[in-house]
Amino acid sequence: MFKSRFDIRAQPGFGLITLFTFFALYLPIAALVVYSFNGAESLSRWDGFSSRWFVAAWQNSAVQDAAIRSLIIAIWAAFLATVAATMAALATTRTEPYRGLTFKYALINQPLMVPEIVTAVALLIVFSRIKVWTGYSGLGYLVIAHTAFCIPFAYLPIRARLESMDLTLERAAADLYATRWQTFRHVTLPLLRPAIIAGFMLAFVISLDDVVITEFVKSGGQDTLPTYMLGQLRRETTPEINAIATVFLGLSTALVVIFFFINRKKQ
Amino acid sequence: MSGARQAALAAQKRDIRSRWLLSAPALIIIFFAAAGPLFVMLLYSFMAKGDYGDVKFGEFSLDGWVSVFFQRDIFDDTLGLADAHLSIIWRSIKLSFFTTILTLIFGFPTAYFIATRPPRSREIWVFLVTIPFWTNLLIRTFAMQQVIRNEGLLNNALIWLGVIDRPLQIMYTDTANLLGMTYVYLPLMVLPLYASIEKLDFRLVEAGYDLYATRLQVLRRIVIPLVRPGIIAGSILVFIPSLGAYVIPRVLGGGKNMMLGNLIEMQFGSGRNWPLGAAMSITLMVLVTAALILYVRNASRGGTGHV
Repeated sequence: MFKSRFDIRAQPGFGLITLFTFFALYLPIAALVVYSFNGAESLSRWDGFSSRWFVAAWQNSAVQDAAIRSLIIAIWAAFLATVAATMAALATTRTEPYRGLTFKYALINQPLMVPEIVTAVALLIVFSRIKVWTGYSGLGYLVIAHTAFCIPFAYLPIRARLESMDLTLERAAADLYATRWQTFRHVTLPLLRPAIIAGFMLAFVISLDDVVITEFVKSGGQDTLPTYMLGQLRRETTPEINAIATVFLGLSTALVVIFFFINRKKQ
Repeated sequence: MSGARQAALAAQKRDIRSRWLLSAPALIIIFFAAAGPLFVMLLYSFMAKGDYGDVKFGEFSLDGWVSVFFQRDIFDDTLGLADAHLSIIWRSIKLSFFTTILTLIFGFPTAYFIATRPPRSREIWVFLVTIPFWTNLLIRTFAMQQVIRNEGLLNNALIWLGVIDRPLQIMYTDTANLLGMTYVYLPLMVLPLYASIEKLDFRLVEAGYDLYATRLQVLRRIVIPLVRPGIIAGSILVFIPSLGAYVIPRVLGGGKNMMLGNLIEMQFGSGRNWPLGAAMSITLMVLVTAALILYVRNASRGGTGHV
């Protein structure tokens, strides 16, 4: 057989490199998951298939505490960030440019522009002083820090959605004597809902994943799941860490898959 | 001025005021817990260091900044270059550069391949790139460790194949840092490249072939120049987080192969030199901003599309 058509899009070897890339992307994750079912005491040997490390992790009270703390912070931060981002998106879209608009864009996206370690250290400096002044050292610092860097992520899909909506429906509602609140409640909000859900989920995943800022802002005994794992990695690791990582991985993958399908349905 | 116009102006003013009120919570939170502390840190970099960490509040000193680049000789009190710091800063820049090159070498063909699939399968390929991207950075770093550690996948495979008879020491070297960063930041290269290649007008490629160009010539003279904005965007997205990497060198590089992020942490931990740590953080920010400015300049010069 000879090729009847010359494929102008093909480039030799690109398919092979792509295969290698995907192999390289997923192989380490696969190794991590496989080793979490290792029955041995340490990672250096393979001692048969076992789920004992999942049980051990599940019963480890430090892991339980860290997981619950991670969830509490992520829910609060994602909620606050989504509310603030929705308001900010309403304030910065569908308008003629006004003075201060560029400033608002810049400030909202600022957390994305600075390396995390720099923000982390700056927060350590400020919060450690506030902790001394007020005597309060609860989870509030972590929640506010997470909210700040989650806002640009929640803002992204909501702003994109608003920019693709015009004001026709809102004007129609106003013509029918709806108050501004009624218009928002019954017209704008339902239209925005998919974007708000997407923004919340993005913020939630970003908060759940954070290591660096949490590591520097947390007070003693405030480990989240990622900082707990980071602390454990310093020592000789057992497959328990793999088990925790595997569960974590499953959870965030599930969230991303849901996110993907929500977005797809919208299109 | 007519009454109607005055009323319109007043309405516009009211609109802008309510827009400020609406955006206030987001702006205040970010100012309080992200942007504002950076200014405080700038102030701290000009203060004298405290004896047990922190600073002597209000006591002006340039020591923090001086010791980013210089160190005082303990015998004759002269200033010499701070080799340890400079070599770590240099390592950060060097490794970030190589990471960018490596992600480009693997990312470009991958993005190109995905962008030339039929639209339906394209979506699935992109999704497969996105999954690792949304996976916790620490977990991905840890996953890389499973591959390169002494009893890890790579060494076991090489020993099994008979290529080597003793495990290669990859962990706790610069190679480990480089592999880790390439692995973790690869999706950040593929995604913008894909976005830009997807928009490529393949009629231009066809025209090239009509004029007897070879595959390589088409790639070099037509495709790459046209997707340059994507290449630059991807490079920036990889280079910047690499420069500020902290978790990857901490887990994979170990104490002897620190990068700037770890050096900064050290000043707030065992180093107990907050002004120095603050000055280093600002140095890192300046490096990042310089890279960003280069990007904006490049993008506005040759940019055909925004990614």
